Amino acid sequence: MKIHEYQAKAILKKYGVAVPRGEMAETPEQAEAAAKRLFDAGTGGVVVKAQIHAGGRGKGGGVKIAKSVEEATEIAAKMLGMTLITHQTGPEGRAVRRLLIEETLPIEKELYLGIVIDRVEAKPVFMASAAGGMEIEQVAAENPAAILKEYIAPGMGLETFQARKLAFQFGLKPQQINEAVRFMTALYRAFQETDSSLCEINPFISCSDGRLFALDAKINFDDNALFRHSEIKELRDITEEDPLEVEASKYSLNYIKLDGNVGCMVNGAGLAMSTMDIIKYAGGMPANFLDVGGGANAEQVTHAFEILLSDKNVKAVLINIFGGILRVDTLATGVVEAAQKTHIQLPIVLRLEGTNVEAGREILKQSGLNFIVAETMKDAAEKVVGAARG
Amino acid sequence: MSILIDRSTRVIVQGLTGKEGTFHAKACAEYGTKIVGGVTPGKGGSTHEGWPVFNTVQEAVDKTGADASVIFVPPPFAADAIMEAADAEIELIVCITEGVPTLDMVRAWEFLQNRRSRLIGPNCPGIISPGKCKIGIMPGHIHREGPVGIVSRSGTLTYEAVYQLTTRNVGQSTAIGIGGDPIIGTNFVDALELFNKDPQTEVVVMIGEIGGNAEEIAAEYVKARMKKPVVGFIAGQTAPPGRRMGHAGAIISGGKGTAAEKIKAMEAAGIRVAKSPAEIGETVLAVMGVKV
Repeated sequence: MKIHEYQAKAILKKYGVAVPRGEMAETPEQAEAAAKRLFDAGTGGVVVKAQIHAGGRGKGGGVKIAKSVEEATEIAAKMLGMTLITHQTGPEGRAVRRLLIEETLPIEKELYLGIVIDRVEAKPVFMASAAGGMEIEQVAAENPAAILKEYIAPGMGLETFQARKLAFQFGLKPQQINEAVRFMTALYRAFQETDSSLCEINPFISCSDGRLFALDAKINFDDNALFRHSEIKELRDITEEDPLEVEASKYSLNYIKLDGNVGCMVNGAGLAMSTMDIIKYAGGMPANFLDVGGGANAEQVTHAFEILLSDKNVKAVLINIFGGILRVDTLATGVVEAAQKTHIQLPIVLRLEGTNVEAGREILKQSGLNFIVAETMKDAAEKVVGAARG
Repeated sequence: MSILIDRSTRVIVQGLTGKEGTFHAKACAEYGTKIVGGVTPGKGGSTHEGWPVFNTVQEAVDKTGADASVIFVPPPFAADAIMEAADAEIELIVCITEGVPTLDMVRAWEFLQNRRSRLIGPNCPGIISPGKCKIGIMPGHIHREGPVGIVSRSGTLTYEAVYQLTTRNVGQSTAIGIGGDPIIGTNFVDALELFNKDPQTEVVVMIGEIGGNAEEIAAEYVKARMKKPVVGFIAGQTAPPGRRMGHAGAIISGGKGTAAEKIKAMEAAGIRVAKSPAEIGETVLAVMGVKV
């Protein structure tokens, strides 16, 4: 799960990570009030930052500096409601609904801090680089030696010496080292205690007066651990997500909308991905990824069907099920119920194998509905691509 | 021969009394697996579907002589169940549970170091040696005994590969689903090493997917050490970057972990990569020199 920058900063602040003073605003009036409070508190300027779940906001015009309350209000009024296009949003961009109004700081150095799980080592890894302000992937590709890494012993935290090692490579002043160590230790605690999958401070700044701050903050959470973080679940902003994906998530369905016209319903992530691949191989384009999961019941299958059909690009549907946990008869019951309930007019190609496949096929036959039955995956892909062409 | 399991493997089910645990314990037993009991804390001393239920894994091991365990407990308790099984020195732990928090697995993975247990999964279909033993949720009837070893990150895609082989009269030595999570107990290289040593296995099918670099590491192993031909497939050639494709571990992040990179590394290591998922069976036959 992703959250906004202002939400990430609020979490980090709770753990003792230094963040600039700022407030979230949803209207120009709120932005004005926030800017006024910051100027009254003595800031020389404010920065107005669009809050969307995508990076590259500055280049897209989503980060602007104001020298007065009036200027901040004017910028905020323009930014709210604008469609922000960055290299991460895709060409359609994202509507800006929230802003972060923040004090400006005298930046001397832009550094980088990040924590992720290293899959090979099976441990969290704390990364630090003096090349802040640019994308870490670019640094990794061009100059991997510029990224220092410290692995975290499971069950323990980032040790002081590890943080100190990272801090010294930044070339910070000696009197800043202890502060940097506190900053990094607090950041790691936030990562661990919130079950994050990614915690990134880019840039991590050193000011001319020696203070250190998280100028930007990005946190992603492990979806599998959200059950023990109800306070984090509440931070979800569904306006940042595709409406159909939001709907699918209500029924624990893994659905991702794509651009093609062949809807697919598959069980299992690997089979779902390769079903997309084979549709392309047969000359078509998948409209979505949809994994109904191992333990899906008839109700979930019905919902899955409704979600597929609410994508107006879909011209034909391929159902590819290899029953293991999900019994084929369960799926067939769901498909028949859904087809009857939604009065589906589109061609449906079915390819079923696995546990209780005979009972499943019988249910489809008895339904009186006009399904196209395929034998193999290749056969199914060719039939559905043909059907989508009409 | 087969890898890791055979006719004599004695299996307990952690989470036996739950719905999935019960259903699959029965299916495994019907297949011929020696299910010897179950563990459900608080229900010890009772019997379930004829099997004795114990409060702890240690007690189950002491009373039944189990050397393998299959875990069906819900995600919040799965990592703990893995560690309990390892503590009781269960040799093979198969964790089916999907949705285990990553940081829980970090702890369990560390706990397993320097212990004698091998973990398969989590978030996997388990392991089957056709005709001998099935510890998992795969449909047993699509398998047949034979010379092909299969290792895969995906459950249903493994069934697909097995089915393509069986319908072409080619059987399997062992099929092992290593799971779709970022942190797993047994990886591709572990499985390839076992197949390399197994006299029954003549060809290995390795099914990967986007995310991480386990396939690239496996390709290096194949190039350096593998004595048997390997057929590969990578799911997710059309997957968009930055999106988690069902499996927690299936994500292209920062442009890394793409299908194209993996296929390139595998082909460079001499692995015959099937372009389409429908061609896995035929590719195996071609490698074995069987006329299609």
